[in-house]
Amino acid sequence: MITESNGMMQDEPLLWEKGRRGRQGMSIPASDVPPGKPPAELCGEGPDFPDLSEVDVVRHYTRLSGWNYGVDRGMYPLGSCTMKYNPKINDRLAATPAIAAAHPLLDESQVQGCLQLMYRLQQALAAITGLPGVCLQPAAGAQGELAGMLLFAAWHRHRGSRRTKILIPDTAHGTNPASAALCGFKPVPVASGAEGILEPAAVDALMDEETAGIMITNPNTLGLFESNIREIADLVHARGGLVYGDGANMNAVMGIVSPARCGIDVMHLNLHKTFSTPHGGGGPGAGPVCVSAELSPFLPVPRVVLSDGRYRLEEDHPLAVGRVHAFHGNFSVLVRAYAYIRSMGAEYLKRASQLAVLNAAYLKESLKDTLPLAFPRPCMHECVFSDAWLHEQNVTTLDFAKRLIDYGYHPPTIYFPLVVPGAIMIEPTETESKEELDRFIATVKQIVQEADDDPELLRQAPVRAKLCRLDETRAARQPCLCG
Amino acid sequence: MRYLPHTDEEIAAMLAVVGRNSLDELFCSIPDHCRYQGEMPLPEALSEWQLEEHFAELGEVMTVGSRHKVLIGAGSAHHFIPESIRALLSRSEFLTAYTPYQPEIAQGTLQGIYEYQTLTARLLGMDVANASMYDGASALAEALLMALRIGRKKSRVAVAGSIHPHYRQVVRTYLGPAGYELVELPVGPEGRCDLSALGDLGELAAVAVQSPNFFGVVEDLELLGQQIHQSGALFIVSFSEPLAFGLFKNPGECGADIACGEGQSFGMPRSFGGAGLGMFACREQFVRNMPGRLVGETLDRQGRRGFVLTLATREQHIRREKATSNICSNQGICAMTAAMYMASLGGTGLRRLARLNYDKAQYCQERLGQVGGKVLWNSPVFNEFVIEFAERDFGPVRQRLLAAGIVAGLDLGRFYPEHAGRYLFGITETVDKAVIDRVAEEVEK
Repeated sequence: MITESNGMMQDEPLLWEKGRRGRQGMSIPASDVPPGKPPAELCGEGPDFPDLSEVDVVRHYTRLSGWNYGVDRGMYPLGSCTMKYNPKINDRLAATPAIAAAHPLLDESQVQGCLQLMYRLQQALAAITGLPGVCLQPAAGAQGELAGMLLFAAWHRHRGSRRTKILIPDTAHGTNPASAALCGFKPVPVASGAEGILEPAAVDALMDEETAGIMITNPNTLGLFESNIREIADLVHARGGLVYGDGANMNAVMGIVSPARCGIDVMHLNLHKTFSTPHGGGGPGAGPVCVSAELSPFLPVPRVVLSDGRYRLEEDHPLAVGRVHAFHGNFSVLVRAYAYIRSMGAEYLKRASQLAVLNAAYLKESLKDTLPLAFPRPCMHECVFSDAWLHEQNVTTLDFAKRLIDYGYHPPTIYFPLVVPGAIMIEPTETESKEELDRFIATVKQIVQEADDDPELLRQAPVRAKLCRLDETRAARQPCLCG
Repeated sequence: MRYLPHTDEEIAAMLAVVGRNSLDELFCSIPDHCRYQGEMPLPEALSEWQLEEHFAELGEVMTVGSRHKVLIGAGSAHHFIPESIRALLSRSEFLTAYTPYQPEIAQGTLQGIYEYQTLTARLLGMDVANASMYDGASALAEALLMALRIGRKKSRVAVAGSIHPHYRQVVRTYLGPAGYELVELPVGPEGRCDLSALGDLGELAAVAVQSPNFFGVVEDLELLGQQIHQSGALFIVSFSEPLAFGLFKNPGECGADIACGEGQSFGMPRSFGGAGLGMFACREQFVRNMPGRLVGETLDRQGRRGFVLTLATREQHIRREKATSNICSNQGICAMTAAMYMASLGGTGLRRLARLNYDKAQYCQERLGQVGGKVLWNSPVFNEFVIEFAERDFGPVRQRLLAAGIVAGLDLGRFYPEHAGRYLFGITETVDKAVIDRVAEEVEK
């Protein structure tokens, strides 16, 4: 039987539509011990998996990989996601045999290399944020936020203050309200001002004795620096609250802004954004939290410390919020981020931030007469356009985004942040060159022209991908989640 | 710097376009009192070759390395990983992709995760598995929170004391601030979960049990499930060794409402405890209460089969504070790894490997029994077991074995003071009979 073919972008069935009973795709050692007698009443049938050969498996995933777009293939201007280049050497270093094989419960004396790496990464993140206490456990940004909210709750409880609300600006990251709610805080939205940044007066009106503090993303999701952050932090502190800094956008300001001097008490960093570890099609990430000296006693345990030239794991901290990961977090991600920081040093980390902002400013300047800017302020690492231009042609932001695929680009983030209608949020990152940006700019201009000349091209897009547009409504109405 | 492509001329040309005289001027919106003072105190940048050297040094100070036989499981297992999986994982089309929000150019990730969900659901005997959680610990915490959502007015849950101690700690961290009550059930005389107190605990939203449990003991899940359901609570099965379900009855067959655990043993190195994989599955009726991402099948405009992220209205970016979880990034590539591993083993291979693991641990347990080791409980075990050497001090033996490149078990005292001096051994297919015999001989000396 000849299956449908799509040229070199080959079709490939699902795993269980392939294979023959009795095939084997990996080497299994022959038994060198006598057979045991597992109790029959507890035994089952084993799962209904297809049997495949090694070639079957390798071809299957190689074909699937051809349907994917990754940073290595081209520019990935997803706003707020920081899809910068992921250095190859870091993947290999994470596979260093002694490190990759390390069992997490070995004695401290047996794993000094792993502990040293963690300790040095803690120190580096403390240096970058100016916040001296660091916990590397959170497995992603959202878990870092959760750890931060746990710290807020523990700090307030320790002071005997009962606070139930938390302020979250409309330009904060999408995960913030859910993270706060997990800790029992009720999120109170704060509207950003006409300039796209927070006004101290808005915080002043909401910050009361029942409010635990505020979560601020800075630079915010409009790509703007919250210039009033210090005034806002002072105000929140004066009323007994704490300031959480969502550091997802720290890649814009390394070595330029000091979160500590901004008045931030707790901040998470996304190592898979700022520190270049690969996104892996959705994860793993890592979301370490950095805190002020005052909050340090509450950090999760265990913590890596250095005493008498030996690295140790400390568990005994009565005020600690507990543990958020079974072991030490996504250690293989920590290894990559550490390698990146050591490759860059202070000078090139700062340079990376400068060039990330230069690239975004260049894109913004080059496209501002083509697409309407949401806020005409100096942008940081990303810029946000609205869909005001599209209405006449009856074409949507989604259509525009999908047409970019036909030109070989991953679309930008769309419809976020929510404060901008039909938002198109572009973050080029520092690893794109000027000629790459120029090509992207020319492509955007061409698509805008197409919207005038032949809007159907946008509505039908993409036509050059593996599939054309997928029916998401059908997927949600008649869920088929398992084959 | 090789990751930064800009030449000085290009920087100058770009600055001219944006109307700035210097890179510093780009940051004019930042007030002085927010600025970093001086240079960040970080070590000098290393060249690629210096970096390799540095990592070689870090590797050298590890006194237990990759050649050691580490006979410890306890939530992080050593299994053989085929080179084909390493090679496939190095494909940057998977590794350097983002979350598949643009399905037309992410079908590789989406079909791969759909396959992962399906194989996981089949393995666990459940209707639906999600695209992954962070690890076995947070998966259990999220399962309990999910049960509390389903149980509405109920605010109390119970977990078996034989669940991995770190998982229980994470559960405490997650449940504490929201004011939920957590009860720990005792470990019974046979190293199994003791439910005798269940009747006195009042209304419970869920009871969680691990199998094989932290001591390697295979629980009688069917019986436990019946008792837990009779009490009106949901039945959650946690695990840290999914390979066990190649041989033993799976959670679904035993009535589990939610099954969740650690999937590291499916193709991921121990890597000091991460990145691993939180596996999470449930019955169909609870899908809309489930945390995490889900991939579903659909059609494209031409009627061709394709896959998309779906049921996103449960998730944080849509539902905000009413979301079923705050999880966003998950363990994507690790889920893909687990699927590659399950595909490479196949149904036949998984059963064979599970049986081999059972036999090896059984042999080790018996062999150590012959030389004076006392097996603590008379319950069936998988991969792991607890043993004590009452007649002699095991410390010196353990030291001698370490010198021979063998890390012989884990002292349970740091987790259960009442079990101090008893050792939890983890044995997989990677441990040859000769190594087991060597341990026994050293005990006998």
